[in-house]
Amino acid sequence: MRRIGIDVGGTNTDAVLIDGTSVIAAIKTTTTADVLCGVRTALAQLLAQGDPGRVSAVVIGTTHFTNAVIERRGLQKVGALRIGLPASASLPPFIDWPDDLSSIVCGQIHMVQGGHEYDGRPIVPLDTAAIREAARRIADAGLTSVGVTSIFSPLTAECEQEAERILREEMPAASITLSHDLGRIGLLERENVTLLNACLQDLARTIVAAFTDALQGSSIDAPLYLTQNDGTIMRAETAARFPVWSFASGPTNSMRGAAFLSGLQDAVVVDVGGTTTDIGYLKAGFPREANAAVEVGGVRTLFRMPDLLSIGLGGGTEINGGSIGPHSVGFRLLEKALVFGGDTLTATDIAVAAGRIDLGERGRVAGLSPALVASTLARTSEMIAEAVDRMKTEAGDVKLLAVGGGSFLIPDHLAGCSEVIRVPHHAVANAVGAAIAQVSGEVDQIFSNVTRDQAVTAAQREAENRAVDAGAIRKNLKLVELEDIPLSYLPGDARRIRVRMVGDIGGH
Amino acid sequence: MRQIERDELEPLATGAWILGTGGGGSPYLAYLNMRKLYAEGTSVSLMDPADLDDDDLVAVVSNMGAPLVGQERLSDPAFAAKPVRMMEQYLGRRFTAVMSVEIGGGNAFQPLLVAAMTGLPVVDADAMGRAYPEAQMTSFAIADLPMFPLTLADIRDNEVIVARAASWKWMERISRKVCTEVGSIAATCKAPRTGAEVKAHGILYTTTQAIALGREVRRARHAHQDPVAATLAAAAGKLLFRGKVADVQRRATEGFLRGNAVMEGIDDDRGARFEVAFQNEYAIAWRDGRIIVTTPDLICVLDSVSGEAIGTESLRYGQRVSVIALPAPAILRTPKGIEHVGPRAFGHDTDYVSVFGAQP
Repeated sequence: MRRIGIDVGGTNTDAVLIDGTSVIAAIKTTTTADVLCGVRTALAQLLAQGDPGRVSAVVIGTTHFTNAVIERRGLQKVGALRIGLPASASLPPFIDWPDDLSSIVCGQIHMVQGGHEYDGRPIVPLDTAAIREAARRIADAGLTSVGVTSIFSPLTAECEQEAERILREEMPAASITLSHDLGRIGLLERENVTLLNACLQDLARTIVAAFTDALQGSSIDAPLYLTQNDGTIMRAETAARFPVWSFASGPTNSMRGAAFLSGLQDAVVVDVGGTTTDIGYLKAGFPREANAAVEVGGVRTLFRMPDLLSIGLGGGTEINGGSIGPHSVGFRLLEKALVFGGDTLTATDIAVAAGRIDLGERGRVAGLSPALVASTLARTSEMIAEAVDRMKTEAGDVKLLAVGGGSFLIPDHLAGCSEVIRVPHHAVANAVGAAIAQVSGEVDQIFSNVTRDQAVTAAQREAENRAVDAGAIRKNLKLVELEDIPLSYLPGDARRIRVRMVGDIGGH
Repeated sequence: MRQIERDELEPLATGAWILGTGGGGSPYLAYLNMRKLYAEGTSVSLMDPADLDDDDLVAVVSNMGAPLVGQERLSDPAFAAKPVRMMEQYLGRRFTAVMSVEIGGGNAFQPLLVAAMTGLPVVDADAMGRAYPEAQMTSFAIADLPMFPLTLADIRDNEVIVARAASWKWMERISRKVCTEVGSIAATCKAPRTGAEVKAHGILYTTTQAIALGREVRRARHAHQDPVAATLAAAAGKLLFRGKVADVQRRATEGFLRGNAVMEGIDDDRGARFEVAFQNEYAIAWRDGRIIVTTPDLICVLDSVSGEAIGTESLRYGQRVSVIALPAPAILRTPKGIEHVGPRAFGHDTDYVSVFGAQP
């Protein structure tokens, strides 16, 4: 099955064509201000390498929406509707946002009576008249995007759905984001994501339309998908509605790409760049996720990100006598490093002197003392081995996947690692990760008054349906995550269950 | 009496979350409320318990319920103040000051929220010096002080007064039942205390202690120093273990979150196996099968990198953690105290084991 993966990053736009488990073609281009142009160019260059044959999917990974929030550009003002009074009254929407961002995004705030308890009972009856009044005021102000968040809506979405119905009557053309579509338990974080999603609606429509146009302008006839932060994909039309799902998909694509290129499902991925080395763990082909709350542009969210440990070691790391780093010449390696005629001794120079890699002019480092070269490499190996060990969750040796431009710093044998594996095409691992992304469905819900087995089965069935709705083939869905937390103080043997099912793309 | 400064609120949240020993709920939302109130010009004063007159009346407040419900039905100062006003009306007397039942977790902020709404000062004290799940696990209960009356308020127009209860455990049962009925979250005002009772039986200066602890952790984090080491230095604690969470099992029994976590050692603890059991809070820990610490010693699990406390609900496979012990208040370490909050009170048939030497 052939797939095209495109990574639209801040600097480069990379594209790959893969067939089954092999990379047929790969290109690297510069990202342009005009997204349509950049993707069109990348596709054209990729296709210039030969007939792609029958392509079953084109998958784009992009940092565009994350960057829009971080750089505060292309965002629209939104109306925030919170349903749940008299509860949670003192902490209104946008409460913990950075001022510069909320002043751009916050159009109006409305809080009305309604919402649910953890056990599904209404807190108070839903105040539909107040919702209608809010809708009119939002429409009168000329706002075209609304974010709706109701208390305990991940358990029961009734209030949000009723609000949507009323909003549609009053403002038929508006974009409406409902929090239960996006999130988990945790009112403020779920609401934050809802409002971020609402402020990206116009931009998302424009960008996704540009991607679609670029694809239609090419000779490829295949459905378009975008990658999400969990290493799975969504349909382009879903991405246009839920751009926030693309947040933080970069590191995930990179790790998943490395997994694919190596054929490994469980391994430690060591990505050595110019300035830092990032260490992450692959479990069943997916990155292990970090636990801490993730902030995007200074806003707390519920997104999960790969659990990465970064250390200050890279190809550009400066070597001063016995000390390694933490300073790095970074992207100026090509002018600063000794082997390139510069005046700074870097980790790259040491590796060239040791014969690990052939770069620049080896003669320029011939005078380095062999003792310094040996001791520096011994120390860099130790740094990597220590970091790998810190990230380990099980005793025993692991397989290490060496990727990134500075991966020559990783020795062929490392303490705690059974094997060091180097993969071809690692420079376009992001695009490969996009090309191979799968489809997932997730459920995070509280169950009470049923047995654990019944609860798990119900959650799993719902997650399967969601995965299929998102484009997965039902027959090879796999359970990749099952988290089951009994809830203290709640009666009825209440438990919160989080289930994630993943499967291959089913095409149209 | 002094003002609590705005820049003390965030350290209080960090410190209180550590003293929560895994329970008590994250103080984040209550902290947001206080930050907002301060931004609006409110300020709260902190009272030295020594300044209380013997016959002053002190409100003992708490936000009761399931931490998870608190993530949707958020902390709210107006709601926090309701049971205090109910109690004043019921008793026909005015309070002089307000204090928290527990400094650990979100309840560290409950008296500050009440103070912001009522103008009462916050007494620099609590009744646990940490967090515990039940009403009888307080220094006031250990001292056999009366446990009634209690007032409980809901966000709707529901108000309950428990006029009498046969024991601390009965008070716990009755109030828990009401709390569950109104959505597993309620604001309460426990049995009022006199100034003399607070001075004799409260755990004193814990607000100041929590602020100082949080400040140290934040300072270390900011200076890229080890925040765990900073915690140990600031609170006279002991490092028990550094490792990675290898397994977590949880079960809900009798309305509590019980379970245990297994950790595998790293650094100096490489090769060692650590296990910690919890009932809302961390209660007992084993190293290579041998009990090395039990409640009432404070057992805290911290993120090894940030020094941030990790609650029993958010403990997850793969986390890199440092387990530390902090000394418990003296009253909890007395034989009577251990009856109320020792390992047997949490279903572990073993004597109290402390890493801080002989019992007082």
